[in-house]
Amino acid sequence: MSRRPYIREPSKGGWWLEQPRYIRYMMREISALFIGIYVLVLIVGLFQLSRGEAAYEEFLATVEGPPGRVFAVLAMLFAIYHTYTWFQVTPKAMPLTLGGKPVPGSFIVAAHWFGLVLVSAALWLLVGS
Amino acid sequence: MNQRVIKLEILRYDPEQDDAPHFQTYTVPYQEDWVVLDAINYVKDELDRTLSYRWSCHMAVCGSCGMVVNGEPALACHAFLRDYPEKIRIEPLQNFPIERDLVIVMDDFMDKLGSVKPYVVAKEERDVDDGEHLQTPLELARFKQYTDCINCLLCYSACPQYALTDSFVGPAALALAHRYNLDSRDTGRSAREDVVSSNAGIWECSFVGACSEVCPKSVDPAAAIQQTKIASTVDYFMKFLKPWKRI
Repeated sequence: MSRRPYIREPSKGGWWLEQPRYIRYMMREISALFIGIYVLVLIVGLFQLSRGEAAYEEFLATVEGPPGRVFAVLAMLFAIYHTYTWFQVTPKAMPLTLGGKPVPGSFIVAAHWFGLVLVSAALWLLVGS
Repeated sequence: MNQRVIKLEILRYDPEQDDAPHFQTYTVPYQEDWVVLDAINYVKDELDRTLSYRWSCHMAVCGSCGMVVNGEPALACHAFLRDYPEKIRIEPLQNFPIERDLVIVMDDFMDKLGSVKPYVVAKEERDVDDGEHLQTPLELARFKQYTDCINCLLCYSACPQYALTDSFVGPAALALAHRYNLDSRDTGRSAREDVVSSNAGIWECSFVGACSEVCPKSVDPAAAIQQTKIASTVDYFMKFLKPWKRI
């Protein structure tokens, strides 16, 4: 009897479409692209601000146009999804024990959301209005 | 009472006759408390004696009967037929060569498991007369979850990173390395570092998390790998801060 194992080649390009969990993973990874572009736009805005009022007004007019608004909404949605997925995995990466007992994962996740809301509110109060 | 019937589409591969695997369908009468393994055993006993597959304990302990059921890696002894539609498709675990039918070649995993030294590396040889090496409940709790791994390889079947990168050490082996690194009796962490912290080790993992989702024993290999990444990163910086200290 001879051995002749059969090797199934994985699909190189479309593997992430094979399972919903792989699609969720790719969405999480792609979210970084939107956040990255948003940061670049922000840097361009700062640069234009340094060049004077006229340049900054021109920048504002560009980003407030319809494509700019659509992108802002998309970037916001991806940022929220990125935040959600990241907070969900924190108990795995950083398990905590208090007095010898494990802190429930849901508590760690909730603490992250609470921190986010707190920092966002503080920033809003400082520079928002 | 009507006899319940289920159709099994099983991937068959005979290395002596087939150039490629193909599906073969069997109709199996079953009872409500049957699992997929019972149905496969029925096929073997009553319909087709040539079918090859691995199984042993029938109670999710031995880790032998891992296969892909309707696209999802599962233990055949842990998957109730009543939870599936009338037709289920059964394939060998993904990402491993097929030896025959549902039997895979697991040599790659065995080599990688061995490479992470999955045993307690003691500081010094202990004699039986020395008695037990005691641990506190807290010391045990640090790693106990990872001791539940039964090497069933469902995590390897679910991992797209392992599918795409042959050299990746993979979820179960890295989780077991973490298990021994966390053990208070163990001093083998630095000996495991070369494999665990290499590019083919923890850094090949991009945290898809599929391994933990399919794990039948809630071992959570994804958590183990992320924790090892943090420990490895701390080691890296500590080498600059305290060059005289070995991990």
